[in-house]
Amino acid sequence: MKNKLSGLSKILLILSSALLVCSAFTPIWQIDLDAPQYPEGLNLKIYADKLGGDVEIINGLNHYIGMKTLHTVDFVEFSILRFIIFFFALFAIITAVLGKKKLLYALLFTFVLFGVVAMFDFWRWEYNYGHDLNPHAAIIIPDMAYQPPLIGFKQLLNFGAYSIPDIGGWLFIGSGLCMLIAVIKEYKFSS
Amino acid sequence: MKKNIITLVVGGTLIAAALESCKPHNASNAVTGNASIKAYVAPGKYDEVYNFVSGGFSGQMSVYGIPSGRLFRVIPVFSVDPEKGWGYSEETKPMLNTSHGFVPWDDLHHVQLSKTNGDADGRWVFGNANNTPRVARISLKTYKTEEIIELPNSAGNHSSPFLTENTEYVVAGTRFSVPPDNVNGDVPINTYKQNFKGYLSFISVGKEDGKLDIAFQLECPGVNFDLSRAGKGVSHGWFFFSCYNTEQANTLLEVNASQKDKDFIMAVNWKKAEEYIKAGKGRKVNAKYAHNKYNESTHSATSEIRNEVTVLNVKDFPDICYMMPCPKSPHGCDVDPSGEYIVGSGKLAALIPVFSFSKMIKAIEAKAFDGAFDGLPIIKYEAALYGEVKKPGLGPLHTEFDSNGNAYTSFFVSSEVVKWNVKDLKVLDRVPTFYSVGHLCVVEGDSKHPTGKYLIAYNKITKDRFLPTGPELAQSAQLYDISGDKMEMILDFPTIGEPHYAQAVLAEKIQKNSQKIYKIEDNKHKYVTKGEQEAKVVREGNQVHVYMTCVRSHFAPDNIEGIKMGDEVYFHITNLEQDWDVPHGFAVKGAVNAELLIMPGETTTLKWVPDRVGITPIYCTDFCSALHQEMQGYVRVSPSGSNVPLVWSLGTNLPKANEVGSK
Repeated sequence: MKNKLSGLSKILLILSSALLVCSAFTPIWQIDLDAPQYPEGLNLKIYADKLGGDVEIINGLNHYIGMKTLHTVDFVEFSILRFIIFFFALFAIITAVLGKKKLLYALLFTFVLFGVVAMFDFWRWEYNYGHDLNPHAAIIIPDMAYQPPLIGFKQLLNFGAYSIPDIGGWLFIGSGLCMLIAVIKEYKFSS
Repeated sequence: MKKNIITLVVGGTLIAAALESCKPHNASNAVTGNASIKAYVAPGKYDEVYNFVSGGFSGQMSVYGIPSGRLFRVIPVFSVDPEKGWGYSEETKPMLNTSHGFVPWDDLHHVQLSKTNGDADGRWVFGNANNTPRVARISLKTYKTEEIIELPNSAGNHSSPFLTENTEYVVAGTRFSVPPDNVNGDVPINTYKQNFKGYLSFISVGKEDGKLDIAFQLECPGVNFDLSRAGKGVSHGWFFFSCYNTEQANTLLEVNASQKDKDFIMAVNWKKAEEYIKAGKGRKVNAKYAHNKYNESTHSATSEIRNEVTVLNVKDFPDICYMMPCPKSPHGCDVDPSGEYIVGSGKLAALIPVFSFSKMIKAIEAKAFDGAFDGLPIIKYEAALYGEVKKPGLGPLHTEFDSNGNAYTSFFVSSEVVKWNVKDLKVLDRVPTFYSVGHLCVVEGDSKHPTGKYLIAYNKITKDRFLPTGPELAQSAQLYDISGDKMEMILDFPTIGEPHYAQAVLAEKIQKNSQKIYKIEDNKHKYVTKGEQEAKVVREGNQVHVYMTCVRSHFAPDNIEGIKMGDEVYFHITNLEQDWDVPHGFAVKGAVNAELLIMPGETTTLKWVPDRVGITPIYCTDFCSALHQEMQGYVRVSPSGSNVPLVWSLGTNLPKANEVGSK
């Protein structure tokens, strides 16, 4: 009995799984760009499998500072991210069905680990795009890099960049929270 | 003696000063303290109302914001506009084609917003060409002239373009009566009465695409048709035309056409005419007129000459037209929101007759006629008259309405706007205009549901209203707040050309439809270049087609060699941008036509015939980016017969260019 999950935890796990599936089909992250000339703003959306939003316009502008253009096909992440999310959704369901606490702990641990790795990966390509600039670019400002913030706001020349989770990201976080609540609940009961 | 002289001088001065101060105050103090607040639209804020204003002899239509009076755009319609390449680019030249050939200008007098159920629906705005008779349809999505149709058998398309309540027809009455196009017009001018006819054109409008087609023309007695309005609501199915020169004079009209105490408002049962046409009663006659259409996906216009029109002679069908006597050369002929009241405005009259549609119908049924005019029954004046507005002012011209049952009439001679109640015909208020108002417009004031908070008066004379600019002064408009009992002037603003009629519509009805870009994937232009890799130069005999792209901030190609004297060079420029508000311009040194302005996703062509050997620069004229001044290139022109190969390049400097893209 001690090793079995409570009914509430199982429900949380099923909810967590459902949230994950949804997150795989909605934009996960967004970078909002604002400039005096763009009062309506430009929006870059990152989905599990592609880039969306005003990618072409952003690419057009980035050529001034010599930034590489963004293309979905250049990111190996987009071919595997959705499967990883599905994996966790399946993992959560299996955990709920088998009802083993150890599985639950393993789920949360790997999920958090995945989140950390994913954020690191995101930071890494932000860093690369922001620093790997064409030396023949029209605008070169010494020591200036154009790495967008991992999360939060940063001014990049005339553009203010605001990087925050989008719907899918919040669903993803919500999913993690469901797992966490389940873990806390189970941990408390057993102790 | 000396004392007397002093007394006389001092006394005289005092009297003169006293008289001077008795002189009525003029214009400038007609504005009250808080008026400027009402016309103030803070920077970055939008106006409440779009105002589409005719440009008169400029041939164009302008778009203003109300209440600020700010000019947003001048839409080229009937006149060439080198600024935008209108009438100069290969794509737009056909728009100005007529049966007379290419006509580079006209005189645009009246505008009409398309209507559904008698209210503005925000799809199109129509304008008339007064000189070479034409009607234009302008899209309110792109603010571009999409279609122009010429009107045969017409001359001076003034009574135009007025719309029926569901935009079934654009109606255009001829100002000049002339001998019809298909008969020998080589007749003595003084045979006006026998040989001259007045034609009314009913142009059908495609429900979805707005496509114009002359459905039929009504052949009427020779008079001058001045203005017209469709019936609405109860009077839907009828059209009312003001007619002057019923004296049928052909010279010195200012005297000879002002002889009769009354001219007419002609009531036309167009539903009836439509039935006769459907029944095949129309007569097909030869005519020659141009029909020009702009295709949004090819970004190109085509012009077609048509050869036939269907005509109904109203004398043969006595239940189509009826004449209502109207005092002194009626000009405006306006129908109130309910459709029951028809306001006639005699240019030289000192009263305003208001006709009742239901009384008119009864009079027709009871045959309350008073003879006939050239075969058309004349309804007894009193039989159709609802009543007269007494002593409203001098020289009434045009009337629009608000939603509270009031009418607003402009008076040219007494230079004022007069507010009166349609039901009891009592004058309620009057305000001066500066000076000599022609048309006026209340927001949606000709529709079934006016949204009148503002009235705009369009004046013919400005004199001292603005800083002087030599003999040729700006014409102007004046804005009045009519939300209260008293009309209040809140703004003066200059206009382009000469403003005649204008229409205003609540911005919320149309602003969302405004297009931002043309989608490049939908571009079906014959010479489109959908990417820099497709850019090329193709020689076909002495014609050279340059497939050129532009994007911030370069043209591709930007170096071209191998052009020879005697060549005709066609620069087909595609703007690859897909972002809002990034047009590019294109200019060639010494080009004898114009520049181009190319909107995102659009392809436009400039024809250039080099006139000298050497290097010709090209550049972008629209400040497109921080590197706009870098957006330039060169074309090398060699003598005819030269063996310089045709090469083009981008980003590779000469002499390497000779090896790049060589054909």
